[in-house]
Amino acid sequence: MTTPGLYHILTISTALFFIGIYGFLTRRNLITLLMCIELILNSVNLNFIAFNKYLWPEKLDGLFFTLFSIAIAAAEAAVAIAIIIHLYRNHHSVDVESAEELKY
Amino acid sequence: MPQASILLIPLLPLIGFLVPALGGKTIFKKQTGWFATFLLAVSTALACSTAWNYFFSYGKENGIYQKHFPFHTTWLQLTDTLSIDMGILLDPISALMIVVVCIVSLMVHLYSLGYMKHEERYAMYFAYLGLFTFSMLGLVLSSNLFQIYMFWELVGVSSYLLIGFYFERPKAVAAAKKAFIVTRFADLGFLIGILALSYQAESLDFVTLLERLTQPNSTYLTQATTSSFLGISSITWGCLLLFMGGAGKSALFPLHIWLPDAMEGPTPVSALIHAATMVVAGVFLIARMFPLYALGAPEVLDIVAYTGAFTALFAALIACTQTDIKRVLAYSTMSQIGFMIFALGVSGYGGTAGLGYSASLFHLFTHALFKAMLFLGAGSIIHFVHSNELKDMGGLRKSLPVTHLTFLIGCLALSGIPPFSGFFSKEGILLAAYQQKPFFYGIGLFTSLLTAFYMFRLYFSVFWNKPQQNTDRIAGDGGLTITLPLLILAAGTCVSGFIPFGQLVSSDGIPFSSSLHLGFAVLPVLLAIAGISLAFLFYQKDNLRAAYWSEKLKGFYKTTYHKFYIDECYMYVTQKIFFNLIGKSAAWIDRNIVDGLLSKTGSGTQVLAEKIKSFQSGKLQSYTTWYLIGIIVLIGLFTFFIH
Repeated sequence: MTTPGLYHILTISTALFFIGIYGFLTRRNLITLLMCIELILNSVNLNFIAFNKYLWPEKLDGLFFTLFSIAIAAAEAAVAIAIIIHLYRNHHSVDVESAEELKY
Repeated sequence: MPQASILLIPLLPLIGFLVPALGGKTIFKKQTGWFATFLLAVSTALACSTAWNYFFSYGKENGIYQKHFPFHTTWLQLTDTLSIDMGILLDPISALMIVVVCIVSLMVHLYSLGYMKHEERYAMYFAYLGLFTFSMLGLVLSSNLFQIYMFWELVGVSSYLLIGFYFERPKAVAAAKKAFIVTRFADLGFLIGILALSYQAESLDFVTLLERLTQPNSTYLTQATTSSFLGISSITWGCLLLFMGGAGKSALFPLHIWLPDAMEGPTPVSALIHAATMVVAGVFLIARMFPLYALGAPEVLDIVAYTGAFTALFAALIACTQTDIKRVLAYSTMSQIGFMIFALGVSGYGGTAGLGYSASLFHLFTHALFKAMLFLGAGSIIHFVHSNELKDMGGLRKSLPVTHLTFLIGCLALSGIPPFSGFFSKEGILLAAYQQKPFFYGIGLFTSLLTAFYMFRLYFSVFWNKPQQNTDRIAGDGGLTITLPLLILAAGTCVSGFIPFGQLVSSDGIPFSSSLHLGFAVLPVLLAIAGISLAFLFYQKDNLRAAYWSEKLKGFYKTTYHKFYIDECYMYVTQKIFFNLIGKSAAWIDRNIVDGLLSKTGSGTQVLAEKIKSFQSGKLQSYTTWYLIGIIVLIGLFTFFIH
């Protein structure tokens, strides 16, 4: 069994990223959209880790960025869920199609 | 030496304007009049003491009246050499003018206390009077051309406000607009004149400007006389345009049309603004710039003289036929201003040749007093009979004894009967004309005859002519606030003629003694008496002589009655030519090209916005899709095309 190289991990993260994009564009449930965003974020985190480990193993920048990114993702999730709950109270639905008042 | 307290003279009336204008409806109400009058009384006292000290204590140095600058500050520094300043220039004519303005304004304030007390907008009336007095004092004390121009416009505004005081009357509104537009048109010339002169002299300051443009060998003067436009040198243009501004304010032909209409304002206002002070601003301006006219542009001074003489004669003729008491007085004012202007026009510079200059300002002074008194008297008469028309008056001498007496004094003074003040000043003007240009002497004599005739036509029509009327009304001149100003001005009219004026005001500041030649005075006085006798024959008793003669001279009488159709000419030119040719084509360009361009831009934007607004659908996922497509396109571009 060979140890996974940089390209393996990048392949996984790219797949994760496009799964997230696909989900974000096709699903209707806002909670699911939020989950898709988390997927996208995590693919990016994976990239950070991978590049850090394989290209500059003596440095820690990638790890720190990942930590930051996780913290921000947590905060973002909290805000997003608050918005979604509020939307639900007004529209009795968490369907993204039902929240389109912000237009011209 | 002059004190900075001179600054208070114009500033106190400004307070009298600001306080009621900002809070008059709530704070003072009925006390506004007394408040304003008190402030002005302080101003007047200061002005009189300033003038007294100037003339008799510190003004003269080596026998020449000096110019003093008690206050000076730079207001707008435009470049290193050019700045617009604010300052006070004290010399014989400004010292004279502050006294005239303050005294007449104080009398009008006092009179208005009684005359205007039932007015709805009593507080605003006094506020406007305060604004006017402030601007007029600022005008006469100005130390440079630009400052005088600002105050010049301010008096125009306050005149506009006061003519249109009864803004519920359409005629008053029209008169206010007419006055403003005509004087504003003249002020356009004034402004261009200021620019032309100050460009040549590289200074706005009176003293510097006059010095640079009158020194025989100065480079500025050479420059100004050699550079020309349309074959006329720029100094001539400057003087001519300055005179145009003065002619507009002073109602000289052909810019006189606003003054008779301005009589729509309250009568005390006519006394203050349209008889005694504002309308002589043109005379003051020429006097202020006199060395320039006399030494730099004598050909303009000739134009000044002809304009003045023509106006004097022309207005006197019209005054003989008008039937509205205030309009007769208005035309008489125009005629007298014509006198002052042509006296300046015939005057030389320096010594006894400058008699015309001195006489002109003397006439300004005496005329201000007795014409203000005549207008205030006319106010009492109008108040009593409730009409401006002469035919509604007659036999009022018992009902209005004080008005009768003071009006008679005013008429005698205006006709030039000794020992009243008008005699002395008019003699001075006639003597100056006789010595310098006899042609003007002839016009002056004939106008004096007409003056005596129309003034006594007025006097006899109002106070004699018919048996006593309106006996049901309570006879009497009104309260002390009405009669006191009349009596004070009458006293002034009786004594002011004896002031040795040449000792105080002269063209170059060097006093000279102007002696009155008794032999010379005989002819004008005889002519005045002839005019009075003619008026006596026509109007002392109600008879048909006047009607007979007006029928005989029908064509001429009618033309004169219609003021030589000048207004109609202006209406024709403005309505038919300006409005139709220029106005309509300008309106077309405005509507179709200027507006069209703008509205096409607007409607084009609207169409475009309508097209692209569907992008903003509010659908989150479609935004994301477009965003993604954009990113992919950019990545494609950067990868394959841009390196």
